[in-house]
Parts: sequence; C-alpha cells; structure tokens
Amino acid sequence: MLEFVDGNTATVRGALHSGCSFFAGYPITPATSILLESIRELAPRGGVAVQAEDEIASISMCIAASMAGKKVLTATSGPGLSLYSESIGLAIMGEVPLVIVDTQRMGPATGAATTTADGDVMFARWGTSGGYPLIVLAPTDVRTSYVMTRHAFNLAERYRTPVIVLSSKEIALTRQTVDLDAESGLANVERTLAPAGEKYLPYAVARPGEVPAFAPVGGEQLVRFTTSIHDERGLITTDPAKIAKKLEHLQAKITEASPGVVSFEEDRQEGATDLVLAYGVAAMAASEAVEAARAAGRKVSLFVPYTLWPMPEARIRAAAKGVTRVIVPEHNFGQYAAEVERVLPGVKVVRVNRIDGSLVPPSAIREELER
Amino acid sequence: MSKLSPYLVPDTPYPFCPGCSHGQVIDGIAAALDRLLPASKDVVLVSDIGCVGLADKHFAVHTFHGLHGRSITYASGLKLARPEARVFVVIGDGGCGIGGHHLIQAARRGDDLTVLVFDNFNYGMTGGEHSSTTPVGAKTSSTPYGNAERPLDLCALAQAAGATFVARLPAFDPELPAVVARAAEHRGFALIDVWEFCTAHFTPANTFKKKDLLELSEAAHMPFGVLVDRGVPSWSASTPAPEHPGLPIVTEAPKAPAPVYLERAFAAKLERPLGMLVAGSAGQKIKSAGTMLGRASVRAGLFATQKDDYPITVKTGHSVAELILSPKPVRFTGLDTPEVAIVLAREGWLRAKKMLEAMPEDAVIFAAKGLELPKLRARVEELDLDHASRKVGKENVALWALSKTLPSVDAELAASFVDTVGRFTPSRYRDQALAAVQTA
Repeated sequence: MLEFVDGNTATVRGALHSGCSFFAGYPITPATSILLESIRELAPRGGVAVQAEDEIASISMCIAASMAGKKVLTATSGPGLSLYSESIGLAIMGEVPLVIVDTQRMGPATGAATTTADGDVMFARWGTSGGYPLIVLAPTDVRTSYVMTRHAFNLAERYRTPVIVLSSKEIALTRQTVDLDAESGLANVERTLAPAGEKYLPYAVARPGEVPAFAPVGGEQLVRFTTSIHDERGLITTDPAKIAKKLEHLQAKITEASPGVVSFEEDRQEGATDLVLAYGVAAMAASEAVEAARAAGRKVSLFVPYTLWPMPEARIRAAAKGVTRVIVPEHNFGQYAAEVERVLPGVKVVRVNRIDGSLVPPSAIREELER
Repeated sequence: MSKLSPYLVPDTPYPFCPGCSHGQVIDGIAAALDRLLPASKDVVLVSDIGCVGLADKHFAVHTFHGLHGRSITYASGLKLARPEARVFVVIGDGGCGIGGHHLIQAARRGDDLTVLVFDNFNYGMTGGEHSSTTPVGAKTSSTPYGNAERPLDLCALAQAAGATFVARLPAFDPELPAVVARAAEHRGFALIDVWEFCTAHFTPANTFKKKDLLELSEAAHMPFGVLVDRGVPSWSASTPAPEHPGLPIVTEAPKAPAPVYLERAFAAKLERPLGMLVAGSAGQKIKSAGTMLGRASVRAGLFATQKDDYPITVKTGHSVAELILSPKPVRFTGLDTPEVAIVLAREGWLRAKKMLEAMPEDAVIFAAKGLELPKLRARVEELDLDHASRKVGKENVALWALSKTLPSVDAELAASFVDTVGRFTPSRYRDQALAAVQTA
C-alpha cells in the first residue's frame, strides 16, 4: 500500500518489522522523530522505548538490553554519534547486536541541525578506538531507509555486531511516495542461541570469525560480559595468545566476504569508460545524471554501494573493469573518493562535492561526464 | 568466611592489595545474597572500571562489566529488558564522578537497582588521583598540596534525586550484609556508600586509619547508617506511585498509530514533474497542507516528495514547503525552480526570495494581496488572504490557497486534494478544513 512518509518513519517501520522491541535515544535533530515514533509504536506493542538522560546512557541501555536478549535500536546525529563512540567499541568487544541510525547533519560539532551532509562516512567506520570492523549501511532514499534498517537488524543479529545505518537529514526528513509493505517480505534473522542445559562459554568459537552462540544475561545459563579483552569464558585475560585469538576473531568476523554483508546496486553499461560511484542521497542524483548522459549517447556505468563498510572492494573493482574514470559525488570533501582511489589505482577519480547543505544536482555530475 | 557462598566463584583469591576493603564488601554482598537466597540466574552484577571492576569475576551470577562510570546505565537497560532480574551495581567513587549524571537520573526515575559504591576516596587503579569524594586537604597523587575541592556527599545527592533507600557504612561494619540485604529487598533505587581503605594510595598518603575514617564522617557531616528507607515502590516496578504532585500519568493502554495508506482514486494528467513551493509563516500550517497535497498527489496517481523548512523556534518566523509532483518516481528530490509558488506571508517571501526571483515567465506565483512583491519574471496572481483568513481561520489559509490554485495545475489533482482533506484531516479539525477547501 502506498504511503507518503519520510525516511525516519521508514526506519522505525523497518525496526518494527525486524522484531525490534527496545529503543533508547536522546532528542537530536534530525533524528528526533525516530525517538518519538519509537515511543508511539513500541509501547502499545509491549516493547520498551525510552528517552534517556544523554546519548551515552541511550546506547548503554541498548547494549545492556541487547545482551538481555532484545533486538535494539538507537538513533542520533553527528554530535550524538560522537558520544556513542566509546560504547560502539564496547559493542564490538562484547559482540553485541545493535542497530544505530545516524541521520547525518552538517558538522563539525553542532554544525547546522537542519542542514544535510554525508560527513560521518569515515567517522562511522573509524569512530571508536582500536580500529576493528563494524558494518555501515547507507540508504539512498525513503524506501531504502526501510530496507537497510531491515538488513541492519539481520546483520547485527547474524554477526553479533553494531551496525550503523548512515542516513542524512535529506533522507530522514524528506517525504516520498513509497510502498513499504511491498518491501516487507525479507525474512528476519535471529541470533544463534546456545544449546540449553550445557555450561555456557559466552565467547567460545571453533575458529576466528565464527559468531559465538548467544545466551541472554539474566537467562537460564550464567553469562559473563566484559568491555575488557577476554577469553572464551568472558573473563579478562593478559595471555598474549588469548588476546591475539580474540582480536583476530573480531577482525575476521566482518569482511566484505562475510555472507550477506555487502549489498549494492549496479547498472553496468557495455563499453563504458566512465563509472559513477555514489552512495546516500547523492546516488539519486547520480542515477538521473547517468540516465540523461546515456540518453545523450554517452556510455556510463553506475555503482551504488549500500554497504559502505566493510568496503565492497571486489565489487567496486569488478564494476570499474575497463573504466578509466570514476566520478564520486559526495556531500563532504571526498571521504569515500579517497578510498575509491586506494581500491582503483591508476583510475582517475573525479570528486563532485557539496558541503554547504545543498544537494549535488544531477547537472553537476553530468558536467563532469561531459568533460 | 562467605567465600563458601554459592554466589562466589570458589578457590579464586581476591586480587586486591593487602588491607584493601574491596574484598570485605564483596563478601558483604555475598553474605546478603546468602540471606536472600535468590537463584543465581536471577542475579545480575554490573560493574565498571577501577579496582572495583575486578569484582565481577568473583561472582557466580550473571556479570556485566562495562565502561568507566556507566554501570548504572547498563543496569537500567537490563532492568527494563528483564524486570524480573535482581540487579546489583558495584561502582567506585571515580565512577560516581564521571557517571554522576546516570546516578541522578536512575534515582529520579526510581529504577529498581541496588547500587554499592566502593568509596575509597581516590582512583586506586590509575595511581591514587583525587576523586569526587576525596576529603578537603587530603593528599593524592594529583593533589600533592592537599585537595581543595569539596567532596561530593553521594548519599545526600542520591536522596535529593529521589532515591528511596540510602545508607552509608564503613566496609568493616558487621551490619554491612544486613544493610545490603535490605537494600536488595527494597523496590526502587537503593544506594549504599561504603567507605573503604585504599592501602595502595590513600591510606599511606594520609595516614588514614579506622579512627580517621570514623572522624571524617563526623567532621564532614556525612553520617553512617540507613539514612533513607521510604519503602516507596518504584515506577519501573509497574506500580505507579509518584509521590510528587505533577501531571497525571496516562494509564489507559496506548494504541499504536495506524499508517496512512493511500489508494489511487483519481487520475491526474500531469505529464512531467512539477515543482511547487508554499512559503508563508508559522501558524499557517504550511507543512501539514503540503503533506495533504503530497497525499492527494499519490491518490491521483502521481509520485510526490516534500521537504519543509522552518526555524527551530517553530511558532515564529517562516515556514516553507517544497514539493515535487511527478507522473514518474522522483529520484533527485532537490527543487531548483518551482513552476508554481504560493506566497502567504512576508517571512515566506524573504526566505524563498531567491527561488521566487529565479522563476521564469511561464511560471506562476500566487501571492497574498498586500505583500508588495517587487517586479518578478513569473506571472503573479493575487490571493485575497485577509478575507480568507477571516472566513476559514489562519490555520487553514494554506489549505485554502492550495485548493484555489490547484485547478489551474490539474483538475483531477484538485479534486483529489479536496477529497484527501476530507478523508485524512483529524476529526476535530475536519469541518473547518473542509470548509476552507470548499470555499475555494
């Protein structure tokens, strides 16, 4: 059924359809309506949705509730993501299924609350100490806000990891015509539970990268959870072999080769020497620009990564086969473009940037294609 | 003695320095559990950073060890997710400093937690720096000339924030297990400030012995004993008993809002995308009118997008809605130059001036009479807004103006708009809204 709703509403719907039953957040533009709609939607369904005292408490409550067995969501914008930083590390270390929505706004710091940007692309990836991987998905519009939220829950459950949905003010607060029900067929993934009755080793894995079975804190089997480096019992360790085992495991668990982690959309044209690679709301302008360029007789391919991190490097290399130029439109000074350069040595990477809150228009991408 | 407690891991010596009080308090918690005898699986012990954070591995219950000063936030989350769990928090005086806000808010909310502060007046783990409870004049590694900051009275703070069970005890008090048991049985936020010796740093630096600890209590007016026991059930314990006067709490079960589904009922003949701008001022309900137009467009077989622009002080200043209506799905949602604009107030004109000035000759601007716009390239048609405002109310002028202008855009869209307003306006506003669009 058709609706006329914005990205935040689609996100909350995605969370509900994913089985989310716990939300904690703190008001911040442009993420606030996720908090308010979660309260309206979850409370009547027997779930919990709270406004916590700050962002640190919000994400902490979510982490604890997730470890108690709930599917959890929190939502914020750049300033709040900064406050989430340490806790994102905790969620990586403790292997906590957790979905975080970052409706990006202009930074640094308070920046401009109602002005869009895609400035958190690198921050989302590297925004906690240690440098271990997590998953970052970027919707491009209202429809994919729903779809990526569903994916985010499934990946968080499957890999016991924080997943960031990198939205932006332009997606979060723009209404579009959508049929979210038509997208709702995706099956929900549930975390693998430890077999009942046995003594539970919270972090036991047969090989690095395997996802440890879950038992809830407060459930039948005793669980140990810790922010510190730990062994398979969840006990702090100083043994270098055990430390290496745990960290190699975290590194191996989430890669572009991990099943289901990478999603993207590709529109390849035979013989194209130009590729437009765009994510987030810029992908919509890119799609129009490519269509117009083709109508004018040019050969251009389009690649839209929904998974920004881990970076779908193999897919990008495949998409860029035979291409001599890649155009990367971004609402920042070219954060992902630098990564594209790393992945595609010898290919000319052209940046099309807007940082003043206006959108990269299709015409700006076309101009580059005409050069 | 209580190393034999089933709530402790057997044969695991405490890692604490000789004479440190932490082991005594852990024993005290275990002895309290020995009195209450909950199932181990129903107990969660939450800890965070500091020497106190070494406590968790000695407990044979669920343990959750988190970031510095945040243990109360995890405990609150756990309690919300599993109300049946008995949740203990062990936190240091350092943690109460960095995470003091969480202590205040959890006490205010009445979260049903038992918080034990292992209060040894300094940061033991990092090298004896001063904490928020270090007494005035005390020497620590970061106050070599004596501490000049007033110590935080954690019990007074908890009480002021609404904690319903508050106690202070020295770690060596034989009553400790009994008081911990009382705190654990208390439904609501319970805090025990346990005064301790840090034999690595604080006691050698300040020749701080049992007698000094007892004297400090008197000198600092921080008495020992159970200071508050109000036995008030907590909100989170699902018994609503706020003892403060305030707004009534809604008690009927809330209903989830239903999505607004839109069925195609009209057939607009628009052949290409059309940009529309509605610019006015706060109170003219421009955002809602824009959404009504978006819904009407969808019901007329079109695709629509809407963006709103208004200051954070929502009851004043401009309010501008940008819409794109299109026979095909809209990908790029930016609007450069609208084909149709409605200007309902000076604030809107000033905000959208650039866009309005860029509108070409074949575009049309419907502007409220009396706005005295400069000469524009687009054709300007006047709307008698004052008259309409008197007739339909200020809050309906945007609906009125849209219904007046839509027939020139597309007859079916105009019909869909009137029908959509009738169908989707909340009942208490519906009659007036319908009157506004039908007046046109």
